[in-house]
Formats: sequence, structure tokens, C-alpha cells
Amino acid sequence: MLGSLAAPSLLGEVTGQVADKATGVLFALNHFGVSESDLKKVLTAALEKGGDYADLFFEHTYNNYIGLQDGAVNRASSNIDFGVGVRVLSGDQSGYAYVENVTLEEMLTAARTAARIANGSAGKGMVNLTEMPIVQNYYAIKSPWDEVAVNTKMPYLQKLNDLVFSLDKRVHKVSASLSDSTSHIFFCNSEGVMYYDYRPMVTLGAQCIMEENGKIENSYASRAFRMGTEFLTDELISEVANEAVSKTAILFQAVKPKGGEMPVVMGAGGSGILLHEAIGHAFEADFNRKNTSIFSDQLNKKICNEHINVVDDGTIPFNRGSVNIDDEGVEGQKTYIVKEGILTSYLHDRISAKHYGIASTGNGRRESFRQMPIPRMRATYMESGNVSEEDMISTVKKGIFADVFTNGQVQIGAGDFTFFVKSGYLIENGKLTQPIKDINIIGNGPKALADITMVGNNYKMDNGTWTCGKDGQSCPVTCGMPSALVSKLTVGGEN
Amino acid sequence: MISNEHKRLAQWAMEYALKNGCQASRVSLYTGFSSSIEVRDMKIDKLQQASENGLVINLFVDGRYGSFSTNRLNKVELERFIKGGIDSTRFLAEDKFRTLPDASLYYKGGGAPLSLIDPAFDSILPDDKVALAMKVCDEIYGKDSRIISANGSYGDEKSFKYMIASNGFEGENSNSSFTLVGNVSIKGDGEARPESYWYDSSIYFDVLQKDGIGTKSIERVLRKLGQQKIASGKYAMVVDNMNSSRLLSPVIGALYGSAIQQKNSFLLDKQDKLTLGKNITIKDEPHLVKAEGARYFDSEGVATTPRAIFDKGVLNTYFIDTYISNKMQLSPTISSPSILTMENGTKDVDGLVSSLDKGILVTGFNGGNCNSTTGDFSYGIEGFLIENGKTTQPISEMNVTGNMITLWNNLEEAGNDIRKSSSWRIPSLLFNDIDFSGL
Repeated sequence: MLGSLAAPSLLGEVTGQVADKATGVLFALNHFGVSESDLKKVLTAALEKGGDYADLFFEHTYNNYIGLQDGAVNRASSNIDFGVGVRVLSGDQSGYAYVENVTLEEMLTAARTAARIANGSAGKGMVNLTEMPIVQNYYAIKSPWDEVAVNTKMPYLQKLNDLVFSLDKRVHKVSASLSDSTSHIFFCNSEGVMYYDYRPMVTLGAQCIMEENGKIENSYASRAFRMGTEFLTDELISEVANEAVSKTAILFQAVKPKGGEMPVVMGAGGSGILLHEAIGHAFEADFNRKNTSIFSDQLNKKICNEHINVVDDGTIPFNRGSVNIDDEGVEGQKTYIVKEGILTSYLHDRISAKHYGIASTGNGRRESFRQMPIPRMRATYMESGNVSEEDMISTVKKGIFADVFTNGQVQIGAGDFTFFVKSGYLIENGKLTQPIKDINIIGNGPKALADITMVGNNYKMDNGTWTCGKDGQSCPVTCGMPSALVSKLTVGGEN
Repeated sequence: MISNEHKRLAQWAMEYALKNGCQASRVSLYTGFSSSIEVRDMKIDKLQQASENGLVINLFVDGRYGSFSTNRLNKVELERFIKGGIDSTRFLAEDKFRTLPDASLYYKGGGAPLSLIDPAFDSILPDDKVALAMKVCDEIYGKDSRIISANGSYGDEKSFKYMIASNGFEGENSNSSFTLVGNVSIKGDGEARPESYWYDSSIYFDVLQKDGIGTKSIERVLRKLGQQKIASGKYAMVVDNMNSSRLLSPVIGALYGSAIQQKNSFLLDKQDKLTLGKNITIKDEPHLVKAEGARYFDSEGVATTPRAIFDKGVLNTYFIDTYISNKMQLSPTISSPSILTMENGTKDVDGLVSSLDKGILVTGFNGGNCNSTTGDFSYGIEGFLIENGKTTQPISEMNVTGNMITLWNNLEEAGNDIRKSSSWRIPSLLFNDIDFSGL
């Protein structure tokens, strides 16, 4: 079989039906083995207790992984996930149930379970279902993953391994992996919207472990996109290998800085984690409609320097965080959340949009058919300013420069956020000096945002494997930043 | 639960794999059910229910290895799925260290029942579940003028797993759990809206704590009011029993054979050496009855046994599974620990706090990480300043930074207040000379 690992090479085979040349919704109906008549029956059952709104989210995802360790591509795994989730809204209340067997009987049972969120009798009648076309496909692939077998992918990992070893004699171990995923998403709701979306995703990563005079250090580099097999190029392998080696090598010279409050220059790219944690989550409108975010009363107010514009964008071609249509039937969009220093928009799903009486921003996303959608970020970034990074650093007498990160977290209500700096530099008298490593930085969202005093002219998107966690759901996202100076953050370190 | 039909399907899948080119195979079939109810401000906010099943098959083909899983349990689809898996595995590089465990290591039955599933699970009515979540919320709602959002939630789940291997293993396990959570947000200083929570979870419904969850969550949030950061410096640190496991996690992670083999561990070459403080004994006790995490066999079917991991600070064992055992020519131990216990002291968290003239009580971690090869860590924290044996100023927006080996050599005292609902039974802990960064 040509198909990669266990993914069916003919999509329609999943339901035992033969795939035809149908596209869009017609393809999806065939793929999931359902009819429009079935969908209407299930939606009608979902609203039989008087719910305001119902939707069905069908998903068929297959993931493939191959891994290299100790010089050989010697491990592989695959997973198939298939099912449908039924959601019913009654005001801002949600009922949800899902089934893995997509039969009319089981879908009706799930619909009646979700329907119990309402407590009345059937209201409005069912409308006709109409296909919502994908107007702009942000991840039109050239070659799907299910058309290449494992042996086509393996040489890329081998090249990655060999290149990492060749770049530095201190390299002791390399682990590399390639994960691809293909999702067929079919959605319909009680407002008559139907759509089909084909969602690819791929991640290439390399962990590098180096040894020098008995000291061992490790770091990691990765790239992730919504792309097909055209993702795999020699240039990409070279980029990941060089980054993995350089990020590890610097750690041998690095120290832990003295801790405390100090200015921090955030390097371009992965510093977008600052936006994600310091403001992104707190702008998600479920927290704001419940009045539990530290930004709940800040809409349309000035919250930072007027040179700052922050965007959450689902429309960047092939970006890991892009969505043609979100997971509740709203088109992917580019949303300014901070414009010239003013908080201009929260990130909305259907429930919060209705609460605020505005259109959804298309941020209703879910991990899979097993969960109901909630407001989630997509690609969150700050637009470029007009200061060079060098000029910015030159203004700092004593502080740190941070440009490699692993993870972050935030307390939405209190506003305290953190991010872990894998490596960076001390800034002494306006110059980068000693490399630093393995320190946590903590700040408070509104304060940190207000303390951004300079924005660089070097915006960069970080296309690493960023995965955001919220309410037990993981969601692929990205982040980006130009360099920026935060006049005061608390840096972890020794005393 | 696992039916005979499930067992026949798993056996069929294994035989099908063996007939189509596998020399060995292991199949796990699982099934489960869950429900949850969230109540916000005395109104049902979310109601969810789900049942699911799946099959995982490990294929050992011509000295190569692959692992494949699906929730499509139709035989026609499984045939194609397994054949595709075998074809894919054949493409991989040979890895002679991939084998099933030696059959002599398998759990062969005969253990006393671990009693990990509540027979009353199906008798709990949806209305009773709603009433419990409502009760938690009711303990919060309107109880203080500063409350912004009052939440109570109930969740339950039961799961069943059946596993077989082609060299003679067959085993089953089952688990249930019930959880009640209270969560509250209040109006704090300025725009801040501090929140906190409290919860209980249990394998048995009748053991689940049903009173006081909401009330405790209010207490926990109100004491946060007025949080500030304090001066950087070295302090004694008490970490409460809700958070102490966080500090043990990198140590346990460094003991996995996969980390040792890849030299991605700060505990390399420490076997049988004094590594942590002499006052630290940590055991794996997998056979505790009615205890979260209990099991007679691990993910490969290998029989679990009680063992010391650290004995008076000496590292007694790494976690060596079959693959790493073959690869490193080491005796296999177990692929992962089950229930971690720590030798208890005599004081609860208040007792540890009262023993200090000055220090910091950590009641929550906020992000941070630990370097897996060096053990260097740095975490955000919140908690309280301790002065003259009492908690005084609530603190936040600070970092704690250090090295795991140094930290665990600075353990002054362990408490006696483990939470039995967790499989990591780690009490509150008191450490000396810890670096905190603040003002």
C-alpha cells in the first residue's frame, strides 16, 4: 500500500464506501457515511428540549509518527481517531456528548444526552442545510501525507541525524522525529451551515545532546506547519539541524544569572510567548464574559504604548495556528486585539460573541470531536515597531536578553504569567555579554504590557511546535514578535 | 467493562497479526465511560457524557517494531489497519533490542483484589451528580461580596483494559474515579481577580468528600488577597502537599531507562550511590488496596513488586523496561512506578511552618521547567512569607531557582500529610537555603 502507515489510501474506505470524485460536503457525507436527512434528524433531536442552537462536529484524523534514535529510524506509530460530537447551547449553557460509531441510532442517543442542557420543549423547526464553501484555503497542500510510505520519509530523518552529528564534534546523541496528521472535518449546525475542511499538519523535530568535559547539555529545534509532503526539503533539514546544534552548544558557556527585577529585551520570534501568556489567554472571551480575567474591564481602553499592535491571526498560509473555518462554523480571521495601544477585541467563540452582541472572531476551537469548542488563540503576534534591536539593547545598563524558550503559563485572573528561558544573554552596559540558561521569568500581564517601552523593527514568526493547553484541551498555535524591551520583569536566578 | 466479545476481538487481532508476518505481538483493548457537570453561579454551565473504546497493537516484525492504535473496531477495517501497520514496520531499520518481555517476568495472577472499581458506579443518578455540583457551588455562591464567579463541578469515569501478548500474557484491570471541584474568583486589588480551588477525588463514590469543598476553595482564595513580591534571597521553603510532587517529578523522570540510555538524565551513574539526603526514602508500593495507581502489572505485563527507589538517600533502582534492558544489558526492573510513597515525618504543613522563624510557604507553582541533563530548575511560585512560625504576607510573582540534587540534599523535614487520592503520596516538605527571586 502506498498510504503512510495505517492511514487508508482511499478515504471512503473508512466507512466501507467507495470514495468518488465528490468534493466538499458531498465528499464528507460519503466519507462519514451519513445523509442530510440523518443530520437533520440528529439536529432536531438535539433541540427537542428547547435548546437555542445545536451543532455536529465529525472528525476523522490519522496521525503517523516515525522516530530516529541511536542513528536509525527504528520506531513508528500511527493512530486513527474517528467520531462525532453533538453540542447543544441553551443561552450560555452547553450540553455535549460524542460517539465513535457514527450510526443514526448512536448519534440520536448522543443528541438526546446533550439536549438535556435545556429544560423545555422543541422550539424552532429545522432549516435546510447549505454548504459553506472554503473561500480561502490557507493550507492547500500539493501532496497529501497518505500518498507517501514510511520509506519515503525515513531518509529525511537520517539526513537530519547525520547533519547534526557533522556540525559539532561534541554531539553525543540525537533523537529526531517526523509526525504528520491529516484531519477530515465535517460540520453542520441548526442554523443550516455545513462545511468540510481538510486539515493537514506536520512536525519535524530534533533533540541534540552534547557532552563536553563530562558536562552534558541538551536542546531541541522543530518546525511545524499545515503542509503536505512538500514540507520535507533539504533546506528545512539544514535549518533544524543548525538550530538544534547552536541552541545546545551555547549552553556550555551559559550561567544562571543573579535573580531579581530587571529590564528584559525579548528577542524576535519565540518571544511571542510573552504575548500568548501575558495577554492572549486573558483576552479569550470566555474568561471575560464571566468577568474572571484581569482584562475584563479593559475593552476599548488604552493598555500599553501606542506603538504596539497585537494580532491573533487564523489566516497565515500554512501556519500551524491557521483555520479556514473554526470548529463551530465561523470563517478564519485576522483579529487585532491591541491596536495602537488600545484593547480592541477579545477572542470570541459563539457563546461569548452572543454575550457581547457581536460577530464571533472565529476563535472557537477544540482538540477533537471529544471536546466542545472554546475560545483559543491561533497565531498571536506583535507587529513591527521602529527601533533596531541593537539600539534597544544599548539602552540597558544591566538586564537580560532572552530569545530561546520552552514553555509558559498564566493565571488568568491574577494576571501573573511566566515563561522559561532556555537560553539568552546578560546585558551589561548596553552590550550582550555572558550567555545565560534555564531560568524562569515571571511578570504580571497588564503591568508587563504597559512596561513595553520599545518595539523592534524585526518582526519574526516562530514556526516551532507550539501547543497550547486550556481546560484539558491541547490546540496547535504559533506566536511571533519583533524584539521588545520590557522595562521590568522578575528574573529567576541565584542570590 | 471488558466483555467476552472484546476479548475475542483482541485475540483475533493478535492472531491476525501473527498470521500476516509478525513474529510477536501485544494487543491492548480499552473501553471507558465518563460524565461531567459544571455549575456556575447556581446554574448548570456544562454537561458532558461520553463512552469510548480503542485498540492498541504492538507489532514485532522481522526484528523491527511499530505501535498502532485505532478506535475503529470493525474487523474489516482492523484487517487493513494491521496489514498496513506490518507493511510500514517492515520499512523501518532493524532494532534487535525490541522484544516482548521474558515470559517469566509476567504477572500470572493470584494477587488479592485491588478493588479499584466502585460497583455502585452505574447506580449514581444524573440528578444526584447535578445536586453534588450544585452543593459545591452553593457553598461558594453569595458567601462573600467579593465573589465574582462561583463554580462547582462533578466528574466521574470508569475505564477497563484487557491486554494479551503472544508469548503468554493475559491481564485485565479496571478503575473508577469520582471528583468534586470547587473553583472561585474574587475581586482583588485593582483589576486583579484572584482565583483558587479545592477538590477531592476517590475511587469510591461513598468515600468522596462531599461537604466543605466549596467552603475550602473560598478560604484558599481569600487568603491570597494582598499578594506582593518580597525581597530576593535565600529562604527556608515549605511546599504544601498539593504541590510537593512537582519537585519530585524531575527526579523520577531522570530515573527512566530511556533517559539514562540517551544520557538525558542528571542521575546518570548514580545507581547504589548516595544521591539525595540521607533522610529520604521513597518507595514504589504498587499493591496497596483501593489506592489510586495500584496495579499488578505494568504496560508490558511485567509483574510489579514493592521496591525502594531511594533508600536513605541511596538510589536503589532505575526504571528499566524490556527494550532498555536489552539495549543496555541491564536487568529489567519495571517500566514505570505505580504508587510513590515517602517516609513520613510527624508534622502537617502548619507544623512545618510553625517550626520556622523565617521562610516561604509555597502553595502554588506557576510555570517554569527543569533541565533534564543538569537538574537545574527555575519555577514561578505563589504562597506566603513565614515569620515567627506564622504565615504573614501573601506573596506572588516570584521565582524559585536551584538544582534538583542540591534541593533534595537540603530537605530538612518531610510532613505527615499525604493526600491519599493521589498515586504520588508526597507530604508537605521543608527545604533549607533556597534561592527566591523577587524584588
